[in-house]
Amino acid sequence: MSEASITPSAPTHGLAAILRHARYVIGENRVTGFAFSLFVLIFLAALIGPYVVPYDPLASNTTAALQAPSAQHLFGTDQLGRDVFSRVIVATRLDFAIAISSVVLVFLMGGLAGVAAGFFGGWTDRIVSRIADTIMAFPLFVLAMGIVAALGNTVENIVLATAIVNFPLYARIARAEANVRREAGFVQAARLSGNSEMRILLGHILPNIMPIMVVQMSLTMGYAILNAAGLSFIGLGVRPPTPEWGIMVAEGAAFMVSGEWWIAFFPGLGLMLAVFCFNLLGDGLRDIIDPQRRT
Amino acid sequence: MLHLILKRSALAIPSLIGVVIVTFLLTRALPGDPAAYFAGPAASKEAIEQIRVTLGLDQPLLVQFGRYIADLARGDLGNSLSTGLPVATEIRTRLPASAELTLLGLLVSILIAVPLGIFAATNPGSILDHTCRVLTTAGVSLPVFFTGLVLVYIFYYHLGIAPAPLGRLDIYFSPPSRITGFFLIDSLIERDVEVFLASLKQLILPALTLAIFSLAPIARMTRASMLAVLGSEFVRTAKASGLSPGTVIVTYAFRNAMLPVVTTLGMVFSFLLGANVLVEKVFAWPGIGSFAVEALIASDFAPVQGFVLTMAVMYVILNLLIDILYGLIDPRVRIEA
Repeated sequence: MSEASITPSAPTHGLAAILRHARYVIGENRVTGFAFSLFVLIFLAALIGPYVVPYDPLASNTTAALQAPSAQHLFGTDQLGRDVFSRVIVATRLDFAIAISSVVLVFLMGGLAGVAAGFFGGWTDRIVSRIADTIMAFPLFVLAMGIVAALGNTVENIVLATAIVNFPLYARIARAEANVRREAGFVQAARLSGNSEMRILLGHILPNIMPIMVVQMSLTMGYAILNAAGLSFIGLGVRPPTPEWGIMVAEGAAFMVSGEWWIAFFPGLGLMLAVFCFNLLGDGLRDIIDPQRRT
Repeated sequence: MLHLILKRSALAIPSLIGVVIVTFLLTRALPGDPAAYFAGPAASKEAIEQIRVTLGLDQPLLVQFGRYIADLARGDLGNSLSTGLPVATEIRTRLPASAELTLLGLLVSILIAVPLGIFAATNPGSILDHTCRVLTTAGVSLPVFFTGLVLVYIFYYHLGIAPAPLGRLDIYFSPPSRITGFFLIDSLIERDVEVFLASLKQLILPALTLAIFSLAPIARMTRASMLAVLGSEFVRTAKASGLSPGTVIVTYAFRNAMLPVVTTLGMVFSFLLGANVLVEKVFAWPGIGSFAVEALIASDFAPVQGFVLTMAVMYVILNLLIDILYGLIDPRVRIEA
């Protein structure tokens, strides 16, 4: 852990100060600014995409099958004549939703378990650390495959599996952060004023480590998208004809060897840009919240 | 040294126990009735009940676990429903294909990433440094199956210099006799240059795909740890004593900088073993990953379970080897032990 986590930042930071710092970081680091605009774009696509796309993402039109990108079909059409552009845009919402829900879920599981482990120590700590170690003993994607195969082949289980494989990461960070704060001045003050341990944990410790957890969530969003897309690429979770980036790449894969590159390329590009955006954004967010950990 | 190895090996045992328990729980304690599933959709109640008894599913969970352990001890991973063959045999025959691909991918990745990271650290702000930064950020963002497909399009369809992405060897060649199971090595042992070249050709694209994927963490770590070491006092002393930059970088900085990189390898392997599954699917590679994927599609659980277990056990062993390697490179670890 860096020095930043050992001395908790003073709570006197006003919103204005954070905004000023954020503007400074974005101004100084154009990459973060770029990532932020990309994020807004992706968010908009997820929000209003399905209402503005030129074609119905599910409507097939065999007379217009396998057309190369043109003014009429920006990203071309697939083997059933569906408009690839519309499908890529509409897919944003599902991919985004899977990633966000798995990240929120892992925060609720791993973050809370980790905070409790670091704060209470003892048996709580031992159990949480043991669970984290056991998950870490697996190659993560392989474990995710196993979980989805066992629980059933649904989108919900993809979310759950992605959350479970990220559990150790969240639990460890939250544990370390909570651990250095368990005897901090503000915790002792809260204890002396008669707050229960549970209340200190949720009302005092948790808000204090939130910034670090938010950075972590942003950094793992990219991984969550990749993981979910990988699972649907091998045929788990999302079923055709639902537009989703991973499965669209899988559907287009066979046409790559015969030269119809656009079917797999554009969903792959969408996937790449989204992950790239979240990775950069996570780095930028870390610079804003925790400047000492900058690499 | 032996003491250190034994101590580290003992540390791997709880992980192995955890792995076995989790793979067991993945089939037994979860929703769904395996007996009904094994019996098929058309089976009657009595038939399901009979299968339940044969499979031992009517026994308490602990007894089932005991049976599972006993089967594992005999190397029995169950039979595949779709082929009827024992899963263990299938995994044994397919494992070399996956191992050859993964190891070659890792080798290529290290050969590119380590020099790149060193150059980036020794020339901060140079073009190579920026290339390194872009590559590492882009590398972690690239979905590995997408990279593979793009490479296939460019090198097979467009340039026509790579063979079709269909397995380990072109159908015109017959595979070398099985000695190690690694086509590259076996063909060399048989002095069959043609088969060696043919299998190398098939390997290049998938190995490159894996390399691009695992390049990022290795290059990033090499650069960061090299920068830290170059700023340290012993390097300053070495420079001040008038040693040539080459000697300082190679003998003083490099060895010390490699320690964190070796630790990163554990994480890299976690990614590689997962990415391997996706790459095998893209290149129709007959390894254990594509075996598991085919079984997944057919809802055939025994192969998937065997696959997850094999991968996890291999991963635990790899981490153990990395720990031991760390001890070999860093004499301090040996003294502490």
